[in-house]
Amino acid sequence: MLKDFFGKKIKVINLGISSFADDLIKQGVETIHTEWRPPAGGNKKIQALLTKVSNWQSKVTSAKGAR
Amino acid sequence: MVISHLIKKQTYFDSVTLMLIGSQVKKLPGIDSTVVGMCTDYNIDSLKRLDMYQSVFDGLTPNDLIICIRAADQKTADAGIAEVEKRLSTRQKQSGSVELPPSTQEGAAARLPDANMVLISVPGEYAAREAELALNNGRHVMLFSDNVSIEEELRLKTIGVSKELLVMGPDCGTAIINGTPLAFANAVRSGNIGLVAASGTGLQEVTSTIHRLGSGISQAIGVGGRDLSEKIGGKMTLLATRALAEDPATKVIVLLSKPPAESVLKSLYAELKGISKKIVIYFIGADPKTIEEQGFVAAKNLEDAAIKACDLSSGKQHKPEFSDAQITAMAADGKMSGKYLRGLYSGGTLCDEAQRILQPIVVEISSNTPVKGCKEMADVYTSTGHCIIDLGDDNFTRGKAHPMIDPAYRSERLEKEIADPEAGLILFDVVLGYGSHLDMASEMVAAIQLGRKKSGRQPLLAACICGTHEDPQNYERQKAILEEAGVKVFPTNVAMVRFGQLCLEGNK
Repeated sequence: MLKDFFGKKIKVINLGISSFADDLIKQGVETIHTEWRPPAGGNKKIQALLTKVSNWQSKVTSAKGAR
Repeated sequence: MVISHLIKKQTYFDSVTLMLIGSQVKKLPGIDSTVVGMCTDYNIDSLKRLDMYQSVFDGLTPNDLIICIRAADQKTADAGIAEVEKRLSTRQKQSGSVELPPSTQEGAAARLPDANMVLISVPGEYAAREAELALNNGRHVMLFSDNVSIEEELRLKTIGVSKELLVMGPDCGTAIINGTPLAFANAVRSGNIGLVAASGTGLQEVTSTIHRLGSGISQAIGVGGRDLSEKIGGKMTLLATRALAEDPATKVIVLLSKPPAESVLKSLYAELKGISKKIVIYFIGADPKTIEEQGFVAAKNLEDAAIKACDLSSGKQHKPEFSDAQITAMAADGKMSGKYLRGLYSGGTLCDEAQRILQPIVVEISSNTPVKGCKEMADVYTSTGHCIIDLGDDNFTRGKAHPMIDPAYRSERLEKEIADPEAGLILFDVVLGYGSHLDMASEMVAAIQLGRKKSGRQPLLAACICGTHEDPQNYERQKAILEEAGVKVFPTNVAMVRFGQLCLEGNK
């Protein structure tokens, strides 16, 4: 439930502009900045395949968690 | 003129870092143009447009970095390239940790498995993929990236609603979640006012004003400018409002947005009527009566939304920080040396608000983002008559950092407006908070002094500071820098625009 998330400490994964992560770290927020770059060297076909694999992995992980 | 370049294959930096460095190096003596960026279609177009494209750039990919400089002579161009490299290397050292940072979201999640928020500001074409991955792994999303299609937004928000996860955005610049400012947001005290907003600077102005009036924020949830469109149907606004309704820390709910699509308005009102908490609504440009008729508290502008929220939150009456008498006194000696008002805004909603306040009393206002009753500027780079400009609009930010981060173009424009004999009053905003430039007041004052020196003109100048005393920039120092340069400083945009209105009336 979203309301249960309110009041919890936030922990952030930052993808993109690095200064956003710097600001969060300065505030003492647990943050991990990702040196993100276009996946698959910018190859769109391989990117689409990677997305499918990642989404499939997430579904498997959440199904395992639900057992 | 000579052109010098450096290609760094498989080297990636975020666009803001690169644009800022490019802009800073362009200021060095002898340098005419700089393109510092990843080899995206946009940057390739820029190189071609500036006549700086070289055949050696053929075949480069968005994973390759280009540094290209045109300068008066080879030595200066090479020195410019060296300066860019130096600044990039400093940037890497600043962000460097002992451990090599992960290069994917999956890698980051492995290091911080209990992360509950993913802040995404990658180029738009990749943003939806990252957001979906975050949602599928049970994490809330703040999607700062723009250029995400409305179809992708709908898909992401449908997933978000089904999992009760926030999808703040796309193009969401401001949020304060569980006391933490994300991206462009101000440091405000915790309190019992919860906000849901489809407006970034609108949210900053209201949350900052609430703080300065003595109240505080439980949550400030950005939803992106299209959330209340017919296609998206207010999915995130409804989810966030419901959650605030159930949140024991929230006593008053504030809703800020452009007027929603008619079909969305019905379901939104139906939902809101089921909430027992007090609700303040500011639908920008809508008639407050239509909101009051539904039984909600209607605000007439951003400052008013903050005041009404504070009243309901504390049970005490609040007044604007500057009274009308005080603003009138400040405008009393406001002799305008030219007939026209110029507004140079970095905040889009503040620009919109200025037009709406002045439009009924000023014969003709032009803008690059005109509201109903105002005129579209013929040339956004040249002001004629009364002009109120959003310098954060796409016209000015393609390939450049936003004016809240990079003052370069606004400084140039400020100088130009000061020199214009038609300009009698110039208004501008200074937006403080995380994400924003650390000393915008000094940047604006440097441009003012240069403009005055070059033109010998002294038009009236007024600024509003959107921020709090807890922000990293030091509110009082920013105010003092502006005041020392003869700029009239106001706590809200509404107060500054009222000053502008009185000056115009007094100089008729």
